[in-house]
Amino acid sequence: MSNETVEKSAAADDLYAEAAQWHINTGGETIHAKRMPGKWRTIKWLSAAVWILFFVGPYLRWNGQQAILWDIPARQYHIFGATILPQDFWMLSLLLLFFAILLAVVTALAGRVWCGYFCFQTVWTDAFTWIEEKLEGQPAARRKLDKAPMDFTKFRIKAIKHLVWLLIGFATGFAFVSWFVDAPTLWREFFMGQSGTVAYVTVALFTVGTYGLAGWLREQVCFWLCPYARIQGVMLDRTTILPTYDFHRGEPRGRVKKGQKEADRTTGDCVDCNQCVAVCPTGVDIREGQQEGCITCGLCLDACDTVMVKVGRPLGLIRYASLDELEGKPVKPMLARPRVWVYAAILLAAISGILYGLTSLAPIELKVLHERAPLFATLSDGSIQNKYTLKILNKDNSDLEVKISASGPENMIIMGGDDLVMAKHGAVHPAVIYVKVPRKSLKAEREDITFRIEATRPDGQVIATERKSIFIGPKR
Amino acid sequence: MAGPNPFPGENNTGHFWDDNLRELNNPPPSWWMIGFWASIAWVVGYFILYPSWPMPYQPQEGEGFTKGVIGWTQIKEYEEGVQQLQEMRAQYEEKIATMTAEQILADPGLTQYTLASAKVLFGDNCSACHGSGGQGNPGYPVLVDDDWLYGGSLAKLQESLAYGRKGAMTAHKDILTPAEVDALAKFVVDLSEGKATDQGWALFNEKGCTACHGAKGNGVLAELPGGEIVSVGAANLTDGIWRFEPGGLESAKHTILYGVNQTGVEGTREAVMPAFADTGKLTPLQIKKLVVYVHQLGGGK
Repeated sequence: MSNETVEKSAAADDLYAEAAQWHINTGGETIHAKRMPGKWRTIKWLSAAVWILFFVGPYLRWNGQQAILWDIPARQYHIFGATILPQDFWMLSLLLLFFAILLAVVTALAGRVWCGYFCFQTVWTDAFTWIEEKLEGQPAARRKLDKAPMDFTKFRIKAIKHLVWLLIGFATGFAFVSWFVDAPTLWREFFMGQSGTVAYVTVALFTVGTYGLAGWLREQVCFWLCPYARIQGVMLDRTTILPTYDFHRGEPRGRVKKGQKEADRTTGDCVDCNQCVAVCPTGVDIREGQQEGCITCGLCLDACDTVMVKVGRPLGLIRYASLDELEGKPVKPMLARPRVWVYAAILLAAISGILYGLTSLAPIELKVLHERAPLFATLSDGSIQNKYTLKILNKDNSDLEVKISASGPENMIIMGGDDLVMAKHGAVHPAVIYVKVPRKSLKAEREDITFRIEATRPDGQVIATERKSIFIGPKR
Repeated sequence: MAGPNPFPGENNTGHFWDDNLRELNNPPPSWWMIGFWASIAWVVGYFILYPSWPMPYQPQEGEGFTKGVIGWTQIKEYEEGVQQLQEMRAQYEEKIATMTAEQILADPGLTQYTLASAKVLFGDNCSACHGSGGQGNPGYPVLVDDDWLYGGSLAKLQESLAYGRKGAMTAHKDILTPAEVDALAKFVVDLSEGKATDQGWALFNEKGCTACHGAKGNGVLAELPGGEIVSVGAANLTDGIWRFEPGGLESAKHTILYGVNQTGVEGTREAVMPAFADTGKLTPLQIKKLVVYVHQLGGGK
């Protein structure tokens, strides 16, 4: 073999050696992460507390009704006295747009903040492992217990743990269903076996789902199931701040040597204590750089800072930093970045649309359908008749007696609108109206006509709305 | 590949290419395998429960496939859906069955229901001639106006629907002279425009047209106290609505010459409304619904 061949072969062998070191986490081993107190740990608890709203939200009342109720069978959403019907659904698309962009903007600025601090997978897993630690002890004790043969003590601990997990799963499902039906009614009916099948199936699925995802799959969900973990790459840029290991400072890493003076030290600041890996809930090594397994939860920052304090080196070896900062490039202020402005503009547009929609929700709505077959009828006295179907939508909380009137061509006669129309709340009431106009009064083949509906609410307030339509006559 | 495994203890399959390219035997994650086996179990369960596999044709059963133990079929599911709908409708149907058309119209809720359910009947049985919205077609009357040759009351509509109508007008080509036909046709056009002459009226009376079209030419032979009319279905000549398209002088002449529904007369007008009750095509309840529907189309009296 020539020297060249030997060199090439050696290069390939290096790659294979490196490949052998690759660790792909496919869930073969349970990650027992260590818990360490710290600034980010506290922030994580606070952000996780947002989910308390998920559990208590359904019990808020408003005017004797559930404040927020997604009433799917009745096709109505109630949000603090506002009733949203399918007609108002364009607001939902704006809401989805708002959250999609919010996710993008936050990720572009500070990485996977949702994943690390707010995502239900992260929060529930965090709660589940907290319970695990309370029952089974520190990571070392947990690993030992996992390996130990089954005996009464192990069985008792494990049984309690799984029971508590299942109970949390059940509470999660029950809270979820409470958003869709009246919560006090659900409490009364659910345990009497009187709730609908959908309620039981949903609670069952949530119980099993929560138990399986937060108890067993854990970080596997982030690694292999969640699409968001995979699309984050395109949202990050060089200016995004992320939990980052400062390798300029840390490398070459080396253990602290007894009796060595700081001045004589040849190694970097990293003492290779592996605490950052030990506390990581997804089991990644932040020192390998940004990677798909990192949910940017900040727990390694706490761990590293704790160690740095102990060994008396500066804090922030692992810190929130951008790639630019790490490479010593000037850091662009947030407002100088065009994407911040573009994202902010879209957010503003979406939120303005929603606010406009919510403030302009009319208690009654009118749609006018002009009959098309035929467009008009010639009556025996020569006058022209048009037929309209008025769809009166009553979004008020009470049934209303609606008065129909119209203004349009001269000498027109409205038929069918003399009596008050009873419009039930939360429903669309169709009313058929005929309008008759003497042929002489018609000035064009097509004229404007405006329908008006008016109703008095039980509290005496008069509500009215108008809708324009057309009156069609023969060709001239 | 011959020879000993050059990478022993590596969990490879023993397949090598180009000296060191080899296939490793890494198992998929366990959650994936659980999902995989669960899917297979699901398929087995599905095959047992549902119709799933084609089988040779079986003459006594009419088809060939495995039936599944729960006996589900699409047609059965459809029939159950229909059954459910019928149960929901039953309360209205029962009420309507015992009510008259007048009583139905007095109840806004039942009127709404009747109109909705009669829309389908109208589409199936009436719209072929009278148009999807009752707008009529050339030769077939408009139902949305207030011009009713046989009367537009609920009772008359019921009569028309149940027993049908057949217009009749003599062909005058061998009875009248061409000049008389021209004069009468012009009179009819004038009448519809409110410009009838005494001369015209004289000829109209003399030729016996009033026998069917009435003394006023409006197709009404007598008015009854209740607002009902007596007619033989002859056209109202005084209004602007023409029974046979396109209307006007030539059209009127044609009708006078060849009449309506005259056997053996070539070019005669056809005006036949089929009977829907006698032929059993519609039940009395369906006819009642259609009466209400047609009455509410815009011109009911």
